[in-house]
Amino acid sequence: MDDYLKTSGRIFDIQRFSVHDGPGIRTIVFFKGCYLRCRWCCNPEGQEFFPQELTMNGKTKTVGRDITVEEILDIVEKDRIYYKRSGGGLTISGGECLGQADFARDLLRGAKERGINTAIESTGFAPWEKIEPLIPYLDVYLMDIKHMDSAKHKSFTSQPNELILENARKIAKNFKKLIVRTPVIPTFNDTEDEIRAIARYAKSIGVEEMHLLPYHRLGKDKYYGLGRTYSLEEIEPPSKEKMNALLDVVLQEGLKGQKGG
Amino acid sequence: MLVFVGFMLVFFVFVVFLCLLCLFVCVILGAVGRIEMQKFYTEKIQKSDRITRLVDNLFKKMPEVEAARAVLLTESYKQTENEPIITRRGKAFAHILDNIPIIIRDEELIVGSTTLAPRGCQTYPEFSYEWLEAEFDTLSTRVADPFYISEETKKTLKEVNKYWKGKTTSELAISYMDPRAYTAFLHEMYTTGNYFFNGVGHITVNYPKVIKYGYRSIINEALEAKSKLTFSDADYPTRIAFLDAVITSLKAVIRYANRYSELAKKMADETNDSKRRAELLEISRITAKVPEYGAESFYEACQSFWFVQQLLQLESSGHSISPGRFDQYMYPYFKNDFDKGLITREYAQELLDCIWVKLNDLNKCRDCVSAEGFAGYSLFQNLIVGGQDVNGVDATNDLSFMCITATEHVFLPQPSFSIRVWNGSPHSLLIRAADLTRTGIGFPAYYNDEVIIPQLISRGLSVQDARDYNIIGCVEPQKAFKTEGWHDAAFFNMCRPLELVFSNGVDKGVQIGPKTGDVSTFDTYEKFENAYRTQINFFIQCLVNSINSIDYAHRTRCPLPFESSMVEDCIGRGKALQEGGAIYNFSGPQGFGVANMADAMWAIKTLVYEQKKYTIEFYKEALENNYGEMMDEHHAEKLTKEIVKKLAETGKNVNREDIINIFNMVRENKCSPEKKEAYRRLKEDIEALPKYGNDIEEIDNFAREITYCYTRPMEQYRNPRGGIFQAGLYPVSANVLLGSQTGPTPDARLGYTPVADGVSPAAGRDVNGPTAACNSVSHLDHFIASNGTLFNMKFHPTALAGTQGLENFVSLVRGYFDRKGTHMQFNVVSRETLRDAQKHPEKYKGLVVRVAGYSALFTTLSRALQDDIISRTEQGEF
Repeated sequence: MDDYLKTSGRIFDIQRFSVHDGPGIRTIVFFKGCYLRCRWCCNPEGQEFFPQELTMNGKTKTVGRDITVEEILDIVEKDRIYYKRSGGGLTISGGECLGQADFARDLLRGAKERGINTAIESTGFAPWEKIEPLIPYLDVYLMDIKHMDSAKHKSFTSQPNELILENARKIAKNFKKLIVRTPVIPTFNDTEDEIRAIARYAKSIGVEEMHLLPYHRLGKDKYYGLGRTYSLEEIEPPSKEKMNALLDVVLQEGLKGQKGG
Repeated sequence: MLVFVGFMLVFFVFVVFLCLLCLFVCVILGAVGRIEMQKFYTEKIQKSDRITRLVDNLFKKMPEVEAARAVLLTESYKQTENEPIITRRGKAFAHILDNIPIIIRDEELIVGSTTLAPRGCQTYPEFSYEWLEAEFDTLSTRVADPFYISEETKKTLKEVNKYWKGKTTSELAISYMDPRAYTAFLHEMYTTGNYFFNGVGHITVNYPKVIKYGYRSIINEALEAKSKLTFSDADYPTRIAFLDAVITSLKAVIRYANRYSELAKKMADETNDSKRRAELLEISRITAKVPEYGAESFYEACQSFWFVQQLLQLESSGHSISPGRFDQYMYPYFKNDFDKGLITREYAQELLDCIWVKLNDLNKCRDCVSAEGFAGYSLFQNLIVGGQDVNGVDATNDLSFMCITATEHVFLPQPSFSIRVWNGSPHSLLIRAADLTRTGIGFPAYYNDEVIIPQLISRGLSVQDARDYNIIGCVEPQKAFKTEGWHDAAFFNMCRPLELVFSNGVDKGVQIGPKTGDVSTFDTYEKFENAYRTQINFFIQCLVNSINSIDYAHRTRCPLPFESSMVEDCIGRGKALQEGGAIYNFSGPQGFGVANMADAMWAIKTLVYEQKKYTIEFYKEALENNYGEMMDEHHAEKLTKEIVKKLAETGKNVNREDIINIFNMVRENKCSPEKKEAYRRLKEDIEALPKYGNDIEEIDNFAREITYCYTRPMEQYRNPRGGIFQAGLYPVSANVLLGSQTGPTPDARLGYTPVADGVSPAAGRDVNGPTAACNSVSHLDHFIASNGTLFNMKFHPTALAGTQGLENFVSLVRGYFDRKGTHMQFNVVSRETLRDAQKHPEKYKGLVVRVAGYSALFTTLSRALQDDIISRTEQGEF
């Protein structure tokens, strides 16, 4: 009966005391493997499904390990007292959890059965059949909508946006707590018009809340650590003033908004 | 059918009624909820310009040593040679108060200064003086806490100090000490330097009584006690001497306050500034009234409080004289004035801020070694708000919030500001406290009622007394005005006995510990651990002997009648505090290095006895060679200085180049490359092992057991005042100092580098984040460490950003306290800021950081301590 606890999947990290990825103090489980290749991605080691060698500060380690739902829950349990005090819980991030949808579903189910609040951070880029089974076990869906122009979306993330937008609409319809998150990337989507377009779409499908995440380059070293190059080398993080102006746009469109997660 | 319909109707009406009732109750509850939200005035009150100027004036110059007290003390002592010591103390105190120069500083509203120069200090030769003379010429240039001293003062002090040869508490303490304990003391197995060189302090006296009734009433109490004595009573001579000394001291305090009244009057007459003239006349009126008589207004209560606080620190050089539950005993005066419209919130805040400034006007010059250990000119005057009252009801009030505001306004290291937290603490108070934490000042320190109250009950306090606790100094709980706690009796480095396990009890060629056998003969981990227990038990005995010797020295040579007059039940028992006059008596020596010990013993157990990857002989060899690494820079510098000094003594000429060569030779590690490689592999294997601080149950259990090696034996020992020993687990900043006296340890810590502070994980070894560190630390037994535990955590400011950041921060504190941790304190500054402050100290003069139990000005700390703070794990993330 508890077979779902034995479901195994591949992750590359578990991070406790995370305070920017859903309400309260949370534990984030990073699933390995993603359908998209966003150029700014700060977790490049989460993109490939297979385990990889990552060299940082002269030390090489393998990223990616297989683990069961039960083993993860044992770690998640350790901070139960802080979730209770803060309204926090478990967040699945990645990579893309929809790449291991059965594993994600069983992990969310395990958390819910133990009374732990759940969230996922996801691109939404997957067939609806993979998303739907997660919804009964989910308290918050943090979904990235990065651009309304499909061609530009594809050129920066490797995939078009139609499926994502369609899934967002379905999720919003089926499930109230959908929060749209937009990474603000200079040269990609940092104009007021581009942000306004996303905010309008979000509003039109019934979303109430939108977060703007300023671009940062803390993941840069990991690209080199994986033997890759970093294509956004020349880009500076957006200024505080810029972020404030973009946040105003979100608010003007009638959404609840915030900078950062 | 009709009946049924009728029934349905009634039922329906009933349901509607219920719904309405619910709605009504909800509305009422909602209203109550809103009232609860508005129960306190939580708005931040504006800072007045006066406070900015008072602070600026305080920090204009380097603090200065003054000689007036030492001169007056000595004059008096010379005239009382054959009298009882308590009488001599009372008379000397009175002589000082009658003659010491007094000053009212520009714009002050609260008056009473121990020195003419701002932040100056007096000297206390009755405790010790030789170190000061030896350091006269380096005092103003030393790294930690420099003081200016004029040639004139040096001359005067040299002259008066002659009298004190053979008369100090420190000299008597040494002659009391057992040779075994004295040897351990000389070999720095622990340090008892605090009470050995200085007065004891570490107390909260009966401020509320003085403020409410005045010293005149305590004099009457002493007179009444005298009148009940019969001169044929066995203890009549000592009782009468004590009570007379109390009366002498209190009368002198009244005269001292009246001197300020006259001075203020005179200054008022001389000024052309009408506003200041009015202020001075008010000061003159108040100081003629308090502390002789009870205060009737908030202003009078503030001034009365200040004289108590200031003069306790003129009677003896003890630090950690703690105001305690200031928001509780001051609130009635504020409320009365405010309700009657006699005072505005802004003016009350300004008066509070003035007290906060004055707390930074007091200072203390320590010897250069202690100055490093207690760095930051800190007097540890701990002031605490919030918590439960004696009946277990939450005691938060508007003053609790105003005290937080005062700390933010003044933004200085004093008072050591603390907050009591329990399950019933108002959320609004914690959010406001978190908002103060976010400024990076390192205040408040958070204390858990849910641990401390039962802890104190287990040590014999009544429930009411336990609920009314406050914090002394860094982290030590006590019941105010009933306790002589000796809370900072010593620092014991738990790593040192481990060194002696490897050397069979020998330190620097001397057999100072028990012979536990050649370490290579230990074929099981149990044997190894037993040897450690034997070593530590012996040195705990030495420690107890040293502390008790110092205790007797204070009783014999420096009983304190003024302090005793404000602690129960000294007057009733006719005994000074130092003779056991208090209701509760303790001695509290601190252990630290818990994290290093746990990691070290775990490494030995795993690598030597379980995996058998290394022999214990090889481990010993690696330790002797500092894992093949260069010697710590600071330690090499110290050794170089010693060598150069010896060479100079033998008449050798040492030039700059020689010194550099010696330094390089000392630092260099001369092992072969093969050996170095072998040691490096061992070190790497140790580093790869799981560590305390990461929420790994088996290591945390182990840490708990290792900690008992220190805390449990301590409980069996007694002190001369009739109390017991109780261990604490905190280091102030002695972990850097005592670390510099400790060789390499088996947890891959290099020689002479800092050991872990308090109960915190070793610097940089907690890698699973704040909640994991909290879980590990709360896994220790905090109840047995009833003299206090200290958990330091550093946050990057972004982890506290926004309302959500504050909420999460409060949840973290609450969560740690749910798990029965005792204390938490936070540094919230970025590593970059600290690095920049090292490079450009002039830009960061006001930068306060939390250093293990108190806040200090970062730029005044020694480089090693600065580095330690920087290297502490950055908690939080982007």
